[in-house]
Amino acid sequence: MPTRPEKVYYFGTCLIDLCYPQAGMAGIELLRREGIQVIYPQQQSCCGQPAYNSGFPEEAKKVARQQLKAFPKDYPIIVPSGSCGGMLKHHYPKLFADAPEAAEAQRFSERVFELSEFLVRVLDIKLEDQGQPIKVTWHSSCSALREMRVIEYSKSLVRQLKNVEMIELQRERECCGFGGSFSVKQADLSSAMVADKVTDIEQTGASLLLSGDCGCLMNIGGALEHRQIPIPVKHVAEFILERAHG
Amino acid sequence: MANPVTVDFPRNFTKALNDGQLRRNLRAAMDTLGLRRRNLFSDPEAFEQLRARGDAIRRRALSKLPQLLEQLERKCTENGIQVHWAETPDEANRICLEIMQRHNATRVIKGKSMVSEEMHLNHFLEERGIEALETDLGEYIIQLDHETPSHIIVPAIHKNRDQIARLFHEKIPNTPYTEVVEELNAIARKILREKFFAGEVGVSGVNFAVAETGTLCLVENEGNGRMCTTAPPVHIAVMGLEKVVERLEDVPPLLRLLTGSATGQLITTYFNMISSPRKPDEKDGPKEVHLVLLDNGRTQIWADPELRQTLKCIRCGTCLNHCPVYTRLGGHAYGYVYPGPIGSILTPQLEGLENAGAMATASTFCGACEEVCPVKIPIVDILRRLRIEAYNKVDSPHAVKGHGYKVNAMESLTWKGWALSNATPWVNALNAKLLGLLGPQLPRLPAPDIVKKWTQSRTLPKFASKSLHVLAKEKGLSDE
Amino acid sequence: MSNARANILARLREVAPQADTAVPEPAAPPIEALSHADQVDRLKRLMEAMHAEVYLTDSGNWTAVLKDVLRQRSLNGLLYAPATPIGTTLSESWESDLPPLVGYDQVVEQSKERLFGIDAGITSTKGGLADVGALILWPTPHEPRLMSLAPAVHIAVLEAANIHDSLADAIAREHWQDKMPTNALLISGPSKTADIELVLTFGVHGPKELIVLILDD
Repeated sequence: MPTRPEKVYYFGTCLIDLCYPQAGMAGIELLRREGIQVIYPQQQSCCGQPAYNSGFPEEAKKVARQQLKAFPKDYPIIVPSGSCGGMLKHHYPKLFADAPEAAEAQRFSERVFELSEFLVRVLDIKLEDQGQPIKVTWHSSCSALREMRVIEYSKSLVRQLKNVEMIELQRERECCGFGGSFSVKQADLSSAMVADKVTDIEQTGASLLLSGDCGCLMNIGGALEHRQIPIPVKHVAEFILERAHG
Repeated sequence: MANPVTVDFPRNFTKALNDGQLRRNLRAAMDTLGLRRRNLFSDPEAFEQLRARGDAIRRRALSKLPQLLEQLERKCTENGIQVHWAETPDEANRICLEIMQRHNATRVIKGKSMVSEEMHLNHFLEERGIEALETDLGEYIIQLDHETPSHIIVPAIHKNRDQIARLFHEKIPNTPYTEVVEELNAIARKILREKFFAGEVGVSGVNFAVAETGTLCLVENEGNGRMCTTAPPVHIAVMGLEKVVERLEDVPPLLRLLTGSATGQLITTYFNMISSPRKPDEKDGPKEVHLVLLDNGRTQIWADPELRQTLKCIRCGTCLNHCPVYTRLGGHAYGYVYPGPIGSILTPQLEGLENAGAMATASTFCGACEEVCPVKIPIVDILRRLRIEAYNKVDSPHAVKGHGYKVNAMESLTWKGWALSNATPWVNALNAKLLGLLGPQLPRLPAPDIVKKWTQSRTLPKFASKSLHVLAKEKGLSDE
Repeated sequence: MSNARANILARLREVAPQADTAVPEPAAPPIEALSHADQVDRLKRLMEAMHAEVYLTDSGNWTAVLKDVLRQRSLNGLLYAPATPIGTTLSESWESDLPPLVGYDQVVEQSKERLFGIDAGITSTKGGLADVGALILWPTPHEPRLMSLAPAVHIAVLEAANIHDSLADAIAREHWQDKMPTNALLISGPSKTADIELVLTFGVHGPKELIVLILDD
């Protein structure tokens, strides 16, 4: 872990960029409140994971190179997603292993941090809960859980909020069935998995679902809405920022 | 393989997903197996240490594979075990048949062996007038129902006791209907003991073969494995050639990892180590022991350092138990002998991507399999590699069989377009703007296939009118 | 004659030398050394958990314990090995109300009916494993393999001094790699299965009961 830096880069992820910008802005705001200067390179786009996991590594590399270019300086790169963070941190070195950019990709990957881990471990953020009592439940994305291993940090942020009761899912460690292209290539399987996840969420009696990954939230939130279950979903950054604002 | 099977994955998957009974049977069983495993490996640090050893032992064995196979052959031969080599399942089947015919055997009793499933040995023998009877209780049950194993450790786990009760009642003469598990066991015991008594050849698999001593190790609970390898005058052990380990001292950690991962047991009821046929002064045990080493594509897998890791597998089945896809489908839907995560990396390599490549798409890359794998097989990396080689012709002698079978102009073009957009900031910005403008209208446009599939169980996400790029700029964030 | 062997080995050998895929091997974690009493206790506890019936006795009293065990059951005979020390002790002290002692004195081909028909068999053991609760058996010409497998009740005599901490420990101390027998066995309880709905039931193909007499002098 680095010491508290003056400046950080922010990698917003393509999904947040297009569909959930308010979650992305919340992450930025949390960093700024801690006195960190956030740099948002306009040249950034996608981490490349969709192509990488679908069998198109050359296309993934082309996009990944653009990110290497967009984040050239020695600042930490903060990512509000375990999945995209995992791609940048753990897969860039593999993707470029035999390429001229190998050393650059390695250095880049070492600068990548998932947002909640950075807030907790580097900034030691303290949250004052201004909100009304609420019951929430938590979804762990597989990459945040197994690749980035940051779930404990994300949940510790929620636990700092004294009026928030967090009820755990029965199968917290089980995938929601998103898996990027899997959700359409294996639509029936994916539907079966998200259906079970939704049932699990319903059984907690929580009135809100939190997660640190917008891909899962898009999947689960879409399924909740499809079944007309009135449980909204929210990125953890957006939630804690709202609670801290009152 | 001689007869490539065409598997209709989408049809199989849909059928399995709609089978409520199957889903309930599997869920209950996999939850139990997962819980037992967690209870056994309750100390994560100790487990990590143990599996680091398991990984290293298997890697070392594979790194010396040609030498170890020759050493195994030499030691076995010195001990009196006859060693045979087979490049294909057909060749392995013929070796077994020839041995059986030499002994005029018509009744063969079998212990559980996944390699014999890979060979379709029972079918091969039956066509030639030899009865091959499965004696493991689970295998016996599915053989009665003309099925194949749906799990590599608990082969009849897709059935519940009612289904087994009906099966016994219908297929075994004079058997009353009973759902009492003890009574079902007793019925099988009675029938199979007669078969053990009369069996002329015993066939088994091998869990580990020790090169140093020429010892075949078998792990089991029921005692049928001991029966098959002790009571008949001839024992034939079939094994995939990757199962060799270097030294006897390599066995204890692997044994612990195997039984703990598979069923959460500290040790099975029996651990059976066979190093020779009956010696002149001994009163029982087979007079001949044969070991059949099967390649069937393993040497091709072995040649590539990444794919080679597939061969570390010790067939504990724990990746199946923890896989969110397997627990919803069961083994039969995969259509091949090895299901679940290990099956999805092994089968396309054995059978060719053009036949089994679709198995590699049946994963969300959630990594639950890797997390529990006792020998640290990088299952997700290998799945990804298979997806890549499915779409790309690879100019390497180590390419996976059937590479490039999916080469598809339309899909490639889509990804090229995606790459262009995401590697060119102004195109990307334009796209975001267009999607933001169109966002609310999109649901009204004619839905492409991809949207139809997504919306079968979910609503569509909405594109924001202002992207994060735009919001960040408006907020005055620096763009260094 | 097939060329499979040559072809397979040739394929393995033709692979261009590549980065060695072996990784450094972590050492075995230190074995927790158990006291003699703990060894006995742990083996007994673990084997009982696996439905073995375990009696602690000593070399003076074990036949009395055995006789009690046999009198509680109605058995048609006890398969034994006349030429072993256990066999001698048994034949010298046998009583008429006990199931008759039957020797395993012919090869299996001539005695299969007897082996599959008799209710119980008694064997010695080479040792035990404390960490997992298992017996080590190395069947011999006097005590063949089926003695511990075919009869429905297997009685095993274990000398407490021969209990090892673990399998790794037994292999290392006794240099098994230099002298593996025809068949070496670990046995942790009566035969069992969980193939139907994972319901654990005992006595499927092998012995339904395992009775262990631990002789601790």
